[in-house]
Amino acid sequence: MARTEPAWRKLVSNCLLVIPAYNEAANVASVIADVRTSLPGFDVLVIDDGSADATAANARRAGARVLRLPVNSGYGVALQTGYKYAVRNGYATVAQMDADGQHLAGFFPELLSHIDSGEADIVIGSRFLDGDGHYQPSLARKIGMGIFSRMASRIMKQHVSDPTSGYQVMRIDVARFFCSDVYPADYPDADILILLHRSGFRVAEVGVQMKMPDGKSMHSGHRSLYYVYKMFLSILVTMLRPATPQERG
Amino acid sequence: MDIRIRILTIGGAAIVLLMVIELVRRRKLKEEYSVLWVFTAALVLLISIWFSLLQNVTKAIGAISPASTLFFFGLLFCLVLLLHFSVRISSLERRLTSLVQEVGLMGVEEPDDPARELEPGHAEALPASAPPSNGETAELQRVQGRA
Repeated sequence: MARTEPAWRKLVSNCLLVIPAYNEAANVASVIADVRTSLPGFDVLVIDDGSADATAANARRAGARVLRLPVNSGYGVALQTGYKYAVRNGYATVAQMDADGQHLAGFFPELLSHIDSGEADIVIGSRFLDGDGHYQPSLARKIGMGIFSRMASRIMKQHVSDPTSGYQVMRIDVARFFCSDVYPADYPDADILILLHRSGFRVAEVGVQMKMPDGKSMHSGHRSLYYVYKMFLSILVTMLRPATPQERG
Repeated sequence: MDIRIRILTIGGAAIVLLMVIELVRRRKLKEEYSVLWVFTAALVLLISIWFSLLQNVTKAIGAISPASTLFFFGLLFCLVLLLHFSVRISSLERRLTSLVQEVGLMGVEEPDDPARELEPGHAEALPASAPPSNGETAELQRVQGRA
């Protein structure tokens, strides 16, 4: 372990890594293996979102704890279930990554260090900050993401380059906040970052590298037009609701 | 207004009203959901019988035929009802989601023990001195064994 640093080592021992997975039997084992080699202290919880394949069995065999949702409920619901588990089991931080193999666990220590130093409540691994072109979304998605990250940046008065990233680390207060009705069932996006900002949480971004997913990602079910509509509506109603700063423990 | 359409609207409203009351009586419809139906049926009944009121309303909204006034308000009612159901469905979905999450949280599965995986029917094959009462105990033993 070349990366071992005392600063994040303490946090790792009380950190839950949530991996939502839907029909990822082919990738989930290698993702968990990657986590276990680069971060041996992590508790890994795979949320099997009603998969029809061997996702749960493969994840258990790879050494992860598995929470199975009886029916397919969507990416946001799967994540929120992980947050509930973390809150109820007394974890101090929650990390999350996707099960399709596009994320690399090796960047978590860097994200955790921003939580540990107290400069942020939630840290998002951005695909765009490092700018070496590892991630190439489709044109339509690129335009949509560009518009919404610009809107979020304007509202939050800080640069947000990748609001849809599923690679995040957050303090348990943020996870607790996400356990309520505020969290969307489908895809948390720029609207959630704006909500966090308006609720008094500090958001930070760290550049991370990602691989192109091998298979079909959970995100590819996005209907572009509905996505654009939903984001505009969601940001609008988020801004219309009164800003309510959350108490932090 | 033609006597036939009056008979039609009075009859229709009366039938709807009786049906709703009967459904509530048989507990097929919750009282809560009957409110919109009873209110609208009663309103249609009222303006069908009290014809001058319908004529005044027709004049006030700029409609030509009193029948179209009835249809307009009938349609408006349908839209409100549909919106009401969308709201109910949203709330049901939210409840269902949290139920699904609770069901998942109740049965978190611990990772397979690689040592136990080699033997089929591992639960029986374990030594009797340390039977794992549940997945948590097994996990605890594993952790302790590693330390």
